[in-house]
Amino acid sequence: MTMLDWAVAPFADFGFMRRALAGTSAAALGAAPLGVFLVLRRMSLMGDAMSHAILPGVAAGFLLAGLSLGAMLLGGLVTGLAVALLAGLVARLTPLREDASFAAFYLISLGLGVLLVSVRGSNMDLLHVLFGTVLGLDDAALLLVTGTASATLLATAALYRLLVAECLDPGFLRANGGGGAWAHMVFLVLVVVNLVAGFQVLGTLMVVGMMMLPAAAARFWVSTVAGQIVLAAALGVAAGIAGLLVSYHGNLPASPAIILAAGLAYLVSVACGPQGGLLHGLAARGRARFR
Amino acid sequence: MTDGPAAAPVVELRDAAFGWRGRPAVHGISGGFAPGSMTAVAGPNGAGKSTLIKGIVGLMRPLAGTLRVAAGARRRLAWLPQAADLDRTFPITVLDMVAMGAWRRVGPWRRFGAAETGRAWQALQAVGLAGQADCLIGSLSGGQMQRALFARLMLQDAQVLLLDEPFAAVDSHTADALMQLVCAWHGEGRTVVAVLHDLALVRRHFAQTLLLAGRQVAWGPTAEVLTPDHLAAARGAPREWL
Repeated sequence: MTMLDWAVAPFADFGFMRRALAGTSAAALGAAPLGVFLVLRRMSLMGDAMSHAILPGVAAGFLLAGLSLGAMLLGGLVTGLAVALLAGLVARLTPLREDASFAAFYLISLGLGVLLVSVRGSNMDLLHVLFGTVLGLDDAALLLVTGTASATLLATAALYRLLVAECLDPGFLRANGGGGAWAHMVFLVLVVVNLVAGFQVLGTLMVVGMMMLPAAAARFWVSTVAGQIVLAAALGVAAGIAGLLVSYHGNLPASPAIILAAGLAYLVSVACGPQGGLLHGLAARGRARFR
Repeated sequence: MTDGPAAAPVVELRDAAFGWRGRPAVHGISGGFAPGSMTAVAGPNGAGKSTLIKGIVGLMRPLAGTLRVAAGARRRLAWLPQAADLDRTFPITVLDMVAMGAWRRVGPWRRFGAAETGRAWQALQAVGLAGQADCLIGSLSGGQMQRALFARLMLQDAQVLLLDEPFAAVDSHTADALMQLVCAWHGEGRTVVAVLHDLALVRRHFAQTLLLAGRQVAWGPTAEVLTPDHLAAARGAPREWL
């Protein structure tokens, strides 16, 4: 078997592999700009928190309507947005910081979600919700994740200047006519929608990995926001391909394989990236000492 | 105000109070900034200087009293915050950061054309940063960063400039250069309000002074405001906590 066969044959031979490839690629494209802005805003853990926050809604949808995509989506969207709004409200009205109030609400949410799923569903159902069914994507799931990715890319392109300005200097934006607050709200909604749309593909727990790992890795290679978004998208797609291939040939679960591939890209970037990577720093220090 | 020009003030306050979460940081402010005037805002730490500036910028409503900004002046008002308010690790070039100054004209969606790009370069040249245009803002020194923020301010082309401790983190060479810019703006007929600690600088360049200590201690011609009595009153004010 040649290398080309190894890489191409699974996708050429099997429709479910092509669907998986399309699904993960779309998830990666939509998640890339959001992940980059989350890293820039120092809100990386927010994505994690949100992925837990959508769980009880997904579970409630599952309890009420069975394995219906629409119901689970609606539920996830409602609880995800509720946690985001409640956490923002508590941070605004009390001295508790936003990160702490987020943590509190997503932990409540996670407990509630696991409880709901285990009350009615089997352990198998819980695993599907948590880790996705990337090798069993139907048309509805594919349309949802590709549609979400398209809308996300268009929306972040339209809001790009506002998001950058709000990130860099929120006070300046407020003094010059504002717009930062609602851009931030739209951004949070996009994060939730992408997590919900991605849970069929990678699962509620793993989908956030597709958002954060490529973005955090890209930061070590390029210094501009636009460059980071492009690289994060490319890394995400590459991790999807690599993860699917490893999962196919090694008979391993796909979703963790994809996230681990993205994780590997992140670790390599931390070590070797020219923008503050560890080896780069060591080399610079070595040169300084030599002089 | 005792001796301002007869023209109606661009910004007028009447017994105004500003603060956070309902607690006033500064109160009892009454007076106005005449068009083209140059006013220093002085006072001990915690006197409410920054809070007053933010109030005039419109980041908060007065807790009491009134704030009146002349018609049309609200959009022509520019604010230089303390440099610490800005995320200096953000990956943006100096030129792009300065270009933000055109926000009122370009906004989030309109094209950033050749005319605006030219203005941004001009501003960078005026502050002596043309050579750093493509550097990331994270690589600038404190003084260079302040120069860049002044360039952004120039691009805003504002009629009223509110400067919050513009020379706090810069070396004396940079402070002199930036002070010259401020004087040039004043010469062009713009209204300048600056929070300053250096009273010698205030006496040298600013005709008007507003002395604060949680309240208005005095507001008027600098020589009449910065008297030993007033300064002692400002330092001894109960809100002084340094």
